[in-house]
Amino acid sequence: MDFNDTPEEAAYRAQVRTWLEANAPKTRAAGSDPEGNDTMPASRAWQATKAAAGYACITWPKEWGGQGGTPIHNVIFGQEEAHYPIPPNPYQIGLGMCVPTVMNFADAATKERFAGPAIRGEEIWCQLFSEPSGGSDVAATRTRAEQAPDGSGDWIINGQKVWTTGAQFSDFGIVIVRTNPDVPKHKGLTMFWIDMKAPGVEVKPIHQMSGGSGFNEVFFTDVRVKDAQRLGGVGDGWKVSLVTLMNERLAVGGATGAGWSQFMEAARNTPGMDGASALQDSALREKLADWYVQAEGLQHTRNRTMTALSRGQTPGPESSIGKIISAVQMQELGNSAIEMLDQYGLISDPELASLSGAFQSSVMFAPGLRIAGGTDEILRNIIAERVLGLPGDIRVDKDVAFKDMPSGR
Amino acid sequence: MNFDFSDDQKFLKGEARKFLEANCPTAAARAVLEDDAQGYDAKLWKAVAAQGWLGAAIPEEHGGLGLGHLELCVIAEELGRAVAPIPFASTVYMLAEAVMLAGTEAQKAELLPGIAAGDIIGCLATSEGPGVTTASNLQATVTDGKLTGVKIPVTDGAIAHVGLVLARENGKPGLFLVDLTDASVTRDTLKTLDPTRDAARLTFANTPVRRLGEAGEGVALVEQVLDRAAILLSFEQCGGADRCLEFAKDYAMERYAFGRVIASYQAIKHKLADMYVKNELARSNAYYGAWALNTNAPEMPIAASAARIAASEAFWYASKENIQTHGGIGFTWEMDCHLFYRRSRQLSLVAGAPRVWKERLVSHLERRNAA
Repeated sequence: MDFNDTPEEAAYRAQVRTWLEANAPKTRAAGSDPEGNDTMPASRAWQATKAAAGYACITWPKEWGGQGGTPIHNVIFGQEEAHYPIPPNPYQIGLGMCVPTVMNFADAATKERFAGPAIRGEEIWCQLFSEPSGGSDVAATRTRAEQAPDGSGDWIINGQKVWTTGAQFSDFGIVIVRTNPDVPKHKGLTMFWIDMKAPGVEVKPIHQMSGGSGFNEVFFTDVRVKDAQRLGGVGDGWKVSLVTLMNERLAVGGATGAGWSQFMEAARNTPGMDGASALQDSALREKLADWYVQAEGLQHTRNRTMTALSRGQTPGPESSIGKIISAVQMQELGNSAIEMLDQYGLISDPELASLSGAFQSSVMFAPGLRIAGGTDEILRNIIAERVLGLPGDIRVDKDVAFKDMPSGR
Repeated sequence: MNFDFSDDQKFLKGEARKFLEANCPTAAARAVLEDDAQGYDAKLWKAVAAQGWLGAAIPEEHGGLGLGHLELCVIAEELGRAVAPIPFASTVYMLAEAVMLAGTEAQKAELLPGIAAGDIIGCLATSEGPGVTTASNLQATVTDGKLTGVKIPVTDGAIAHVGLVLARENGKPGLFLVDLTDASVTRDTLKTLDPTRDAARLTFANTPVRRLGEAGEGVALVEQVLDRAAILLSFEQCGGADRCLEFAKDYAMERYAFGRVIASYQAIKHKLADMYVKNELARSNAYYGAWALNTNAPEMPIAASAARIAASEAFWYASKENIQTHGGIGFTWEMDCHLFYRRSRQLSLVAGAPRVWKERLVSHLERRNAA
């Protein structure tokens, strides 16, 4: 038991370090927009540089611009890349979920058309699954695709998607739509790739409760797509979506932001109830210990996952616990910090607040993190059903045609 | 990255499980629980000694197998899983570790072979009453090589041959080796929350002792011993917590209520998912502890604290929610749920309560971050 690379991993790491030393950006790209709109040129340039050297999609086969590497190579590159002031990565969802779905289900010409530009960062992809009436229940999709009446075989899409990350700068997307409302919900779905610049596609930013706009609503009004844009069979959309979603929890990272050590330093410098440092407050010390133990537990769980990858094994289900812990901790830690600051904790102005308002940001952003990429509740269902093998929920909508399903608001 | 046990260590774990399934069903713990005259399962103790487990981490020159602490970790996990009613922790994680850490060559030669053979049972005696016993309130005193004072409770105190006793000498705390079979020692068995493990009040009246380690260094030495013990105990706790999750799951899958198995209700599914999450966090922290223990890393106090805190929380949660999942039947004497509930309390308190370890952890982190 140790934390060392195998000789092969060490050699790869050395190769990556040499390459990064020569090629990685040395200064952070300037940009004030938290959603990354103004750092896009820098993101694009870094992606192209990586692609040219085979580091953009390490685990992809060489024929598609990858390196034919293993997941552990990918992890090593990520660890080393993180030491440099790299620009934001708007390609994660596309390269992690959408393009692999296209590669799995599209014809040779389509793959040829899209793989290169995607991997080089010339085209950005988004994933159009969630809807106003179907978040956790993705199969409740209402967006309709009907065959064009002109006999062309084209499909006409109408409806609305929501919470689409990066739609504002995406060129293409994969969209799950209902093609048959007369069968039970999972059976009437079909997947397409779609041109986000096509007539009838309208992207509107969502104003989040935290103030930012990282996500969008996407409206489809008589959007025409070719039947050749279909991914998988008509009615097989649910099966296709499972291929996409398999990667989602890996793509939606855990909480970043202020953690136990930032809390500890803030406490050290904050007066507590009796005028002594708040770090002497035993209630806060106990919480600090709990957060540290959770954070360490997650770090070492990642080390166990990496070990499995390193040994060429499939990681166990332990990797599914990350977001359940980290999102809740972000919320609780942020809240304990602002309570520690007492009345002053209300101030979120970065000019005045501790750590430029990081704790206040945690409080305001954590509710979204507890929902994105699988809610706390859905993740518990996943652990219960897929890890522990407990029965699925009883489905009242299982054998009911979609059009007859009770739908509420 | 190689943050896992080796194939050999996993093989040993599998063998340990098979051995304990055959030799230590829950009926073994129950037998000790229901018989006041029995402080431990003597037959199992001999069998465990014959397996070589008591000397797994003891060097061959002192009669052990000369394996390492990682091997001890996998054995510990299986003992926890089996709620084994034997003084393994007191003897192996505490006495043997302390002697290996601070004993003279003569003390090692005298004690380690007997421990490895199963002839010497040990115990650690620090507590003197309600609350935390510290250097400032320590009462037991050694004068001219003779110990006077009371220690309560001492896990395995009634069945041990050799005690490790924290006592004041020339005003400073030291750690002392005591022959508990000496006539000057009075041992009273105590009624505790976990009668599957022995506990006693030890009263010393001019009992001859020998110091272990340096004079005045008793508290520091106890902390070092407890760091090692905490890591090994965390594996026992992980084993127990995982078994509780299995029990709860198995029961939930066969128990029907309102026309369906209770495992199909989210109230139960989410409870078991939470158990799983806590158990995995505990396991990952325990692994880091194992690495620190095996390499004698400077991070050991922090790693041990984290392992102990996470494992105590996981076993407590799993053992109490296992009863809850069972419903009324889980509250009966006949069901095994309470064996694990009792053991979770015993393991959380025997090396100091989690609350104390949280304070220790934060003190260490404070110093590390300030440095």
